[in-house]
Amino acid sequence: MGSQCNGDEFEMPEIKIKFTKLFINGQFVDAISGKTFETRDPRTGEVIAYVAEGDKADVDVAVKAAREAFDHGKWPRMSGYERGRIMMKLADLIEQNIEELAILDSVDVGKLFSLNKIVDIPGTIHLLQYYAGAADKIHGETLKMSREFQGYTLKEPIGVVGHIIPWNFPSTMFFFKVSPALAAGCTMVVKPAEQSPLSALYYAHLAKQAGIPDGVLNVVTGFGPTAGAAICSHMDVDKVSFTGSAEVGRLVMEAAARSNLKSVSLELGGKSPIIIFDDADVDMAVDLANKAIFYNKGEICVAGSRIYVQEGIYDEFMKKAAEKAKKWVVGDPFNPQVHQGPQVDKKQFEKVLEYIEHGKKEGATILTGGRPCGDKGYYIEPTIFTDVKEDMSIAQDEIFGPVMSLMKFKTVEEAIEKANNTRYGLAAGIVTKDLNIANRVSRSIRAGIIWINCYFAFDVDCPFGGYKMSGFGRDMGMHAMDKYLQVKSVVTPIYGSPWL
Amino acid sequence: MAMARRLASSLLSHSFYAARCSSSLFRGARTHDRALGVLRMFSIAAEPITPPVEVHHTQLLIDGKFVDSASGRTFPTLDPRTGEVIAHVAEGDLEDINRAVSAARKAFDEGPWPKMSGYERSHILYRFADLIEKHNDEIAALETWDGGKPYEHTAQKEIPMVTRLMRYYAGWADKIHGLVVPADGPHHVQVLHEPIGVAGQIIPWNFPLLMFGWKIGPALACGNTVVLKTAEQTPLSALYVSKLLHEAGLPAGVLNVVSGFGPTAGAAIASHMDVDKLVFTGSTDTGKIVLELAARSNLKRVTLELGGKSPMIIMDDADVDQAVELAHSALFFNQGQCCCAGSRTFVHERVYDEFVEKSKARALKRVVGDPFKNGVEQGPQVDEKQFKKIMHYIKSGIDSGATLVAGGDRIGDKGFYVQPTVFSDVKDEMAIAREDIFGPVQSILKFKDLHEVIQRANATEYGLAAGVFTNDMNTANTLMRALRVGTVWFNCFHVFDATIPFGGYKMSGQGREKGIDSLKNYLQVKAVVTSLKNPAWL
Repeated sequence: MGSQCNGDEFEMPEIKIKFTKLFINGQFVDAISGKTFETRDPRTGEVIAYVAEGDKADVDVAVKAAREAFDHGKWPRMSGYERGRIMMKLADLIEQNIEELAILDSVDVGKLFSLNKIVDIPGTIHLLQYYAGAADKIHGETLKMSREFQGYTLKEPIGVVGHIIPWNFPSTMFFFKVSPALAAGCTMVVKPAEQSPLSALYYAHLAKQAGIPDGVLNVVTGFGPTAGAAICSHMDVDKVSFTGSAEVGRLVMEAAARSNLKSVSLELGGKSPIIIFDDADVDMAVDLANKAIFYNKGEICVAGSRIYVQEGIYDEFMKKAAEKAKKWVVGDPFNPQVHQGPQVDKKQFEKVLEYIEHGKKEGATILTGGRPCGDKGYYIEPTIFTDVKEDMSIAQDEIFGPVMSLMKFKTVEEAIEKANNTRYGLAAGIVTKDLNIANRVSRSIRAGIIWINCYFAFDVDCPFGGYKMSGFGRDMGMHAMDKYLQVKSVVTPIYGSPWL
Repeated sequence: MAMARRLASSLLSHSFYAARCSSSLFRGARTHDRALGVLRMFSIAAEPITPPVEVHHTQLLIDGKFVDSASGRTFPTLDPRTGEVIAHVAEGDLEDINRAVSAARKAFDEGPWPKMSGYERSHILYRFADLIEKHNDEIAALETWDGGKPYEHTAQKEIPMVTRLMRYYAGWADKIHGLVVPADGPHHVQVLHEPIGVAGQIIPWNFPLLMFGWKIGPALACGNTVVLKTAEQTPLSALYVSKLLHEAGLPAGVLNVVSGFGPTAGAAIASHMDVDKLVFTGSTDTGKIVLELAARSNLKRVTLELGGKSPMIIMDDADVDQAVELAHSALFFNQGQCCCAGSRTFVHERVYDEFVEKSKARALKRVVGDPFKNGVEQGPQVDEKQFKKIMHYIKSGIDSGATLVAGGDRIGDKGFYVQPTVFSDVKDEMAIAREDIFGPVQSILKFKDLHEVIQRANATEYGLAAGVFTNDMNTANTLMRALRVGTVWFNCFHVFDATIPFGGYKMSGQGREKGIDSLKNYLQVKAVVTSLKNPAWL
């Protein structure tokens, strides 16, 4: 086995689960059906907690609370400044509870505890603070009308928003969606993924403490086909914002079309290319490419899962990438020495292994990895395939696991063509020192974010979202505000204006 | 340069009002007082209330340290309630400005301030806001003591506005966006918004800390460093809060505060070859000098917020009681010491007589007194010079034939209190209708129709603001565009949210402060053009 599994001894923090009920209209409540579901520890497959299982009936109650809070409540009627102050308070409360929140995301989905503490949870604070500062900067425009009219636009909160979020970054995704929607003055119902309901409920608790009025932020834990579908089909939800797979994205949009034509934004899958040119520093490129696919166990929609290396450095790259992958430590996510925890659940674990088997059958060669790690939990070795052809499923489908497909190219034109040969368009990486190549490839690749000589360079001010079947709409930056705002034009005649 | 400085010196220090105001003016005004019958008893306390604050900071703040002036000189800052000395404050001049600019230059060129992320800068500004909030009442007390502004308002409105401004600009620090613009050929064009460098800021005494906030908020959010000169009348509050800003984590040299006088310290900033940007709020006369000094030195870009003679237009559909109250506060707020004071009250002839009568009653009811006393609406004018200037204008109003319907005299014999004064039958050509009095003197003018009032309202060298009282939409829409001013308030006045740009047309200034527009004052625009080879699209 190339990679080290289940590393040395380390100190385990105490796991406390405080919130397992639905959060509706400012209260933690049981599901109307009384049902619960298990959320499991992916390190062991054992049950951590039983969480209230919301379905259509609960979504109805939550939407009603959100509707009331929007139509008659304080939240959209407060100044943006006041909303921002409350969001700043929420950020402060999260800061006081970083450790506990980091534990929840680690135990719930197997994410690295150390990174949760210094990246994921502080990132939510940053998101909240950024959008707190955006809440008083929502600008309409006064217009240049061609006749004697005074015209202006109002940017109004869109209303009740449904957020359906995935399990791979439970905290980050929660605040990708919730922060700009709160800043805009919307009210909302959030459905976290069934794999990762715990931190979302904790955030709901902190939101109430911070002073977010009852009904503004509701969290309904449960499953996609029941609770998720109920949000998407609801006649009183004005907007649904979804992050997840392309297959489910389609269902969300279809449900919106069949109900009230609610506005939809989708952040879906990806099969993002990284193009490494001959002039690259090979060690740097290897480091970048390996992290791009193995980070977060490959469970990241922007994973750099297709690595295109120019022929001049291909052999050296291949050798070094394999060496580096073998040094990538797989093990318990609470162990500070570990680089990679377990896949989130049995289903994902089996799906990734199936893709690996399929890749072998299609004729690709395993350079390193390819097997489960240990005999308990859902650990998989960092895996690199070579001899990958463009039409193989491992080069076309989103595996959502630590599996790199390594491919060779000769010319810039070929690289552009191959990189765009996908139904996805979420992200791309370029490694080169050549300005002309960097600029040309940046404009040529049909993806929502291009990272040149870097990867995962997310920033709260930098919009993020997909081309093609990776979705539409943008999270982060001031662009994200647009998802949660309606534009209203107001026009009235004027008489005797000294200018037009 | 030396000549420009001499010019500045002669203009800035010329107190011609004092020379013109003879003691007979005051006797004359008192005669009027008696003739007008009994004025409401103004509540001037026998002994001024002891301010609930101590003065700790009187030195210059240069490179993160409180220091004496290079010359060792100080000047007294006076309590406008009594004219007595509050404290002796270090008097900065050319040498101190040189030191401050050098510190600011180093802090800009070497960092860390402009090299920090906007997010980090925002944290420092947010912490600063929290500290102002924490010390709100002490700061308000200093502000009242030094400038005579009613404490209740200062503590409950003005200082919280400064806090709010800091949070507004903190939120901008990580959202400063240039555009990527299209090109006609194979070129990639990015527009960078870079901090300008060292900003010189000269602020007035009428809203000392609010003006401080208007200036430093956008400058710091955008990553500039600052040399700020406070008004010699009100140096105290800025020194206090600047210390808090350093406690909040501001690196040394980023904000330097030099107390001192216009002809020396102010002129040195305006003339300095290493100051990249100049922002001034004050009188139109001084604004001209400032602009000239910038032109004669390094062509630094200049933003000016200057005087005004803002019209307050009362249409005939107005509820007279509400209109009287609005017009009253538009003028008398802050002892009339507002650049945008509604100092020309145009009233439609159909409601004119009732309006004048009720305005008189309202002015007589205005509570003038020790600004530390609860319930006081109006404190003393800021200093003797302003006081005398106002008394001069009151005499001028009487002499030119306007009808004095209320006030007209000083109150008491100590400090700089002036009776709320109302003139009716004011004509456009009178000095009280043309010049910026900067005191509690309301001039009421009569008009007949909309066209006429537009002409007359615009017939001024100023263009800072206007107020309109009407509920008629067409009238409002017409006036909205026809008035040549930087702000129009409909059925409100003095609304100064952080988001709302403020500034003047004509000789009321250049540029805008507050709102997103204010960021432009502190940003350079750099176009970055890169040629493209075989771009996929243009």
